[in-house]
Amino acid sequence: MSQKPVGGPPGEEEVDWCLYQLNGTTEFEVSEADIISTVEFNHTGELLATGDKGGRVVIFQREPESKNEPHSQGEYNVYSTFQSHEPEFDYLKSLEIEEKINKIKWLPQQNAAHSLLSTNDKTIKLWKVTERDKRPEGYNLKDEEGKLKDLSTVTSLQVPVLKPMDLMVEVSPRRIFANGHTYHINSISVNSDCETYMSADDLRINLWHLAITDRSFNIVDIKPANMEDLTEVITASEFHPNHCNLFVYSSSKGSLRLCDMRASALCDKHSKLFEEPEDPSNRSFFSEIISSVSDVKFSHSGRFMLTRDYLTVKVWDLNMETKPIETYQVHDYLRSKLCSLYENDCIFDKFECAWNGSDSVIMTGAYNNFFRMFDRNTKRDVTLEASRESSKPRAILKPRRVCVGGKRRKDDISVDSLDFTKKILHTAWHPAENIIAIAATNNLYIFQDKVNSEMH
Amino acid sequence: MFARGIKRKCFDGEEDIEGTLAGFKSVPSYNLQRQSLLDMSLVKLQLCHMLVEPNLCRSVLIANTVRQIQEEMTQDGTWQVINAQNTGQASLDRLVSSDILCRSTKEQGEGKLVPSYSSFSKDFEDIQSQDIISDLSTVASVQAPRNPQSNVWEMENPQENRGNFQKSLDQIFETLENKNPNSVEDLFSDVDNSYYDLDTVLTGMMSNTKMGHCDVLESFSSQTTTNSNSNCKSDINELDHIVEILVES
Repeated sequence: MSQKPVGGPPGEEEVDWCLYQLNGTTEFEVSEADIISTVEFNHTGELLATGDKGGRVVIFQREPESKNEPHSQGEYNVYSTFQSHEPEFDYLKSLEIEEKINKIKWLPQQNAAHSLLSTNDKTIKLWKVTERDKRPEGYNLKDEEGKLKDLSTVTSLQVPVLKPMDLMVEVSPRRIFANGHTYHINSISVNSDCETYMSADDLRINLWHLAITDRSFNIVDIKPANMEDLTEVITASEFHPNHCNLFVYSSSKGSLRLCDMRASALCDKHSKLFEEPEDPSNRSFFSEIISSVSDVKFSHSGRFMLTRDYLTVKVWDLNMETKPIETYQVHDYLRSKLCSLYENDCIFDKFECAWNGSDSVIMTGAYNNFFRMFDRNTKRDVTLEASRESSKPRAILKPRRVCVGGKRRKDDISVDSLDFTKKILHTAWHPAENIIAIAATNNLYIFQDKVNSEMH
Repeated sequence: MFARGIKRKCFDGEEDIEGTLAGFKSVPSYNLQRQSLLDMSLVKLQLCHMLVEPNLCRSVLIANTVRQIQEEMTQDGTWQVINAQNTGQASLDRLVSSDILCRSTKEQGEGKLVPSYSSFSKDFEDIQSQDIISDLSTVASVQAPRNPQSNVWEMENPQENRGNFQKSLDQIFETLENKNPNSVEDLFSDVDNSYYDLDTVLTGMMSNTKMGHCDVLESFSSQTTTNSNSNCKSDINELDHIVEILVES
């Protein structure tokens, strides 16, 4: 297993990742509400949104390059912070509805404003983010502070003029899509038609029109007539990036179903079922649990799908349903620890996965604040760490290694010393450049390709 | 290290239970580990009841694991009624445990011994084993005459046990789904807190012992016990209703 960093486009120099910036409080002051629960770049990579357990959304904007300040180029600064969801109480069921933001998805930009969808367990909201950098001055009837003028002082008419002002970012809720889900929403995905989007909970998937909040169409329903017969739930879903009629959803049994909305109104019958037969030599009581898919992502090209289950990431070719074309081991050393991980519930952790812009490298998080990258072309992989101790600004990240007994090198970490409370569940890759955002509990790390940052 | 979980130990590292099932079946600790896993899973499911809104995916995965263990134990033949006379030495290791037992006593009706499954729990061995075994023997010997063909009895039981067990799983899912204003009480009435009280659990297997609402259910239930699921379900609903009334008064 090579230790050289990966991430560069095929044929070019390999990528050296370095810490670009770190946002978040120090370790001593972590409150549950600050824990980041989702990270998402917009379609150009100019904006980066994070959601947390307290229901807040923070949007970062990348500073445009300028020759005057070479060091602050490409820095992501806080653009806007707002409270997206509040805790609610469902009186009918006597249950609290958490305000934690499960997912954020950006809409493709159609005018000067930016729009995003944010969701908690039950309600999806459409937010519009607008800038105001001018204001009218010179009213006839009002003075500078807005007070009505004494009419006797008005001697002539004037046309109000727009004058520049300090930039103000305004965020307003444009639509609230409520009461569509009985179970907990785990995914939302905007369709390539830019008019509809889908939301998936444990048992159902609904199709919404972005402009209509009082109605949604149920397109998948796997709820059995008898809840006692329930053995499988929906874990993630996504629209195809190019074909607006196709979407995929994953299940807790490790299967993927590609559905075509043209086939029927209720897409209970999949068009394609992607499932890898179980390896009989590896079978255990935990086989099903570790096969449960926690995330599914289409490649940018639309040709492949990336799935994450507990121990591996897999690349699937849409044209081959029988097995994945590539399988990468994320942390196979945990295979012998499954019982303990079941006991402490870590086995149910849902890790996300991401493609880079050219679909040549895939990334996913792990424990001990480690995250892993796999280069599909060179077949090299690397383990990096997102922590304050090992990340000095602009210093190149050193690859980490987990040793499983046998020869132990300096700086290796043994499996038993891994901190399972430090998990990297949410990661995102800039759509075009080698910039990645890693959420480690309450901290947001942004790493960049050293070459990238030096060039600017 | 690992994040703190429940206190029960797990047998990682030493014996690898993730090996081929067939190959390891002969290893005694495999059964222990399997039992431990089963107990742990049941506790997890029980805890699900107490959470505000359980994670459905997690619950389903745990329930599937439980079913898988149960099926294997049924195939193994380890899913048996306790029969102290037949098992002899092995009975020292066997104790009936878990709240499932409590539910099964509801269905006893005439006092037919229907424990859900037996456990090879080493933990309990040292504690009160003597008292319990003698009680077990007493009960078992009382039951034996009712069923002269002990082979048939043993074969029957996996099905009954399955049924009882399945009912408990069903109940958990029912409760998960039927969250209505009364549900909070229902949730707690379903959860048998005596599971956590070892004494109560062990004494509860004797049909004459008072066991809180299980006993109440027995005395109020006028229906004779059958093995049909629907009867038991209506029993449970009726019984829950009765318990509610009792609690309110």
